[in-house]
Amino acid sequence: MTFRSFRFFIPVLAVTAAGLCSVVIISLTGRDPFMIYEKLFRATLLSGYGSGQVLFKTTTLIFTGLAVALPFRAKLFNIGGEGQLQLGALAAAITGTLLPVSFPAEAAVPITAIAAMAAGGIWGGASGILKVKFGVNEVISTIMLNFIAQAATGYLLTCRFAVPSTEHTPEIGNSSMLPGLDDLFGIFSGSPVNITILLALASVLFAAFYLFRSRAGYELRAVGLQPEAADYAGIRSGRHIIAIMSIGGALAGVAALNLVSGYKHYYESGLTGGFGFSGIAVALLAGAHPLWIVPSALFFGLLEYGGLAVGAYVPKDIFMIIQALTILIVIVLNARKR
Amino acid sequence: MEPAVRLTGITKKFGSAEANRNVSLSIMQGTIHAIVGENGAGKSTLAKLIYGMYRPDGGTIEINGKAVAFASPGDAIAAGIGMVHQHFMLVPTLTVTENVILGLEKKRLFSQLALKKSGDIIQQLSRKYDFAVDPDALVSALSVGEEQRVEIIKVLYRNAGILILDEPTAVLTPQETDTLFTVLRSLCRAGKTILIITHKLDEVLAVADTVSVMRQGEVTGTLPCRKTTKEELAVMMVGRSVLLRVENPAPSPGKTMLSVENLDYRTDDGRYKLQKLNFSIRAGEIFGIAGVEGNGQSELLSLLWGLNRKSGAISGKILLEGTDITGKTPAAISALGVSLVPEDRLKHAVITAYSVTENMLFGRHRETLFHNRSGFNRKTVNDFARKLRETYDVRCRDLDNQPLAYLSGGNQQKVVVARELERPGLKLLILAQPTRGVDIGAIEMIHRSIIGARDKGAAILLISSELDELIALSTRIGCIYKGSIRRIFTETELSEGREKEHSFEQEIGLNIT
Repeated sequence: MTFRSFRFFIPVLAVTAAGLCSVVIISLTGRDPFMIYEKLFRATLLSGYGSGQVLFKTTTLIFTGLAVALPFRAKLFNIGGEGQLQLGALAAAITGTLLPVSFPAEAAVPITAIAAMAAGGIWGGASGILKVKFGVNEVISTIMLNFIAQAATGYLLTCRFAVPSTEHTPEIGNSSMLPGLDDLFGIFSGSPVNITILLALASVLFAAFYLFRSRAGYELRAVGLQPEAADYAGIRSGRHIIAIMSIGGALAGVAALNLVSGYKHYYESGLTGGFGFSGIAVALLAGAHPLWIVPSALFFGLLEYGGLAVGAYVPKDIFMIIQALTILIVIVLNARKR
Repeated sequence: MEPAVRLTGITKKFGSAEANRNVSLSIMQGTIHAIVGENGAGKSTLAKLIYGMYRPDGGTIEINGKAVAFASPGDAIAAGIGMVHQHFMLVPTLTVTENVILGLEKKRLFSQLALKKSGDIIQQLSRKYDFAVDPDALVSALSVGEEQRVEIIKVLYRNAGILILDEPTAVLTPQETDTLFTVLRSLCRAGKTILIITHKLDEVLAVADTVSVMRQGEVTGTLPCRKTTKEELAVMMVGRSVLLRVENPAPSPGKTMLSVENLDYRTDDGRYKLQKLNFSIRAGEIFGIAGVEGNGQSELLSLLWGLNRKSGAISGKILLEGTDITGKTPAAISALGVSLVPEDRLKHAVITAYSVTENMLFGRHRETLFHNRSGFNRKTVNDFARKLRETYDVRCRDLDNQPLAYLSGGNQQKVVVARELERPGLKLLILAQPTRGVDIGAIEMIHRSIIGARDKGAAILLISSELDELIALSTRIGCIYKGSIRRIFTETELSEGREKEHSFEQEIGLNIT
């Protein structure tokens, strides 16, 4: 019932302050910061290909951001987005190769999506079960499960599924592939952005509805705010914890559609490239509010691709510094508010 | 007679809110001066200003004729002021002497403490003021009343001439309260000045020489206790006349709703918290439970509400209309028509960050009437909230947008009481400290609603540490001691007891200690 639980001021201030810091840092490297920013915007927002790249990264970040934001409402910190995404991506790639070529796309795509969501969801749900049944802190368990996912996908790729003498799986069948926005509408020429972005936006709406309009969300937020009061009100906290960790994991996993079905068409090592971890930053900047995840993911997507685009002039690492600074400032400002 | 403390035009702001506004007050040497007022009237703030915990934004404080500006409680202690806090600050694993000298050791590391000498001083003090404390006893072995005496000795040991006591009787039994008052009078005779912060008007009239009433940050009057009455003070506190004792028409109890039979509860470490507990409540009856905190009341509440399913060992039966409810979940129990107003409302009864409307639904959100597919039916919910606000006079700016945390304690409690009393098919209502931290005006309203629920046929269990509340509302009173009911006062005994309240309170007091 309340959409106003988000404070506009702090994120804007944080982004501005981090931007000013970057001006100083770029100057220190001997480059003109305004030239760099001009090139950055020219290469991203002002170019069809560039904006497509930004939106492609934004799509993944929306999913991994939601994967952190939803459990966050139950006071759970899901650090496991990366592992959940890796497993989802591998599951999507394997499903895509196993489905017969003749399989219709209307069935193949949902099956791939379900496989990816199941893989990520089980991984997230496992942390939830560990927490409820054995009292294991979810931060510890998701980090550990990340290591296991990393090792397991590495093993499965190298020893089982990789095309011989390569580091990737075979290409998925045509029916499991998702069309790019370029193919469909001729926009964002040649860029990897694909129709998964619509699913990402739908997921945002689903998450907002779940949290603020459904009875499950009403109970879930109560569990996060005052767990003891939730017990008194007869709310089964354990169920909510396991459910929301599974939903978070499933959302991280389904980002595989963007990476595998919509872009690469196979799984390779390093495909997920830290998107799972960037999701934490996206969720924190958005104050764990589903609707604000969209601008937050756009901001990080812009920095991720923009950093690459001006890589010839300044090291990409500067933009990683800005991302990290933004989050630190958000956390500091939130702490001061209390 | 000189004023020991003289406040002139004291103002204290927190943000834009004025906790104290232009307070002027003289506390005469060698007297007991009480400050009364509702919660949030600014009396604690005033005490903390005198004790150096806050600094005033305007006005002056004079101690024994000298203007002072304390930077910390340390300065106040040096000037001869001592404070006994509502929550005691003692280390249970140390002896009385060790606790008293804590912070005053003034010794180098590893050198011997002058425990013997300090112990002797403590003994002298307790003889001089005529109250018994064993300097060598461990604090963990003391009763609440004794702990409070240790706190007073701590203050006297530091040579305080002015003692501030914040709600000193909140945790005491009637007997302990009487002992405290004797101690205070003997301190007063020895020339000490005593300032008591309280909201219990009976006690003020029983012990104080002078009383100042505070309302909304201002002192509305200072009178000698001989010349005032409880009613007059109440009007000054609230600003309008209030009914101090709710009308309690004769109850007409029906069939037995709740019966607790031979209930035992043992914690995981083997201690019995409830032992052979037996009582029953009929429809249309209020069963009060009197007792000192920690005698099994909170365990009883947890069991009745299904919260202790996973720890400890339970035996015996809790029958609601003949059905055993032990082992059922809170959701299942509430669905049978049971309501609970828990003791700690902010922690257990509400989500402070949720709006008033959302809180009116909290715990009742499973009722299908409020549902609309997977969400809530906004119209039904809003109508319901508006109806409750009107019926229970909940004062808030905006039902749907104002977080509950921003309401006053009384209004927060009205939200909880409204929600629980209006449960459809209410059979059993469990109330724990329903008016704790609630202002007089709201108490009146809550008491009337409780009587109203009784007359509609609900069985009510009332657990309260305020004996006058129990006596005013209950049909029967059970005295709980060490996990069992030691004595039940019948309906006839109660109606007789209401006529001679003080001696009746004493009698109850004997059965709970």
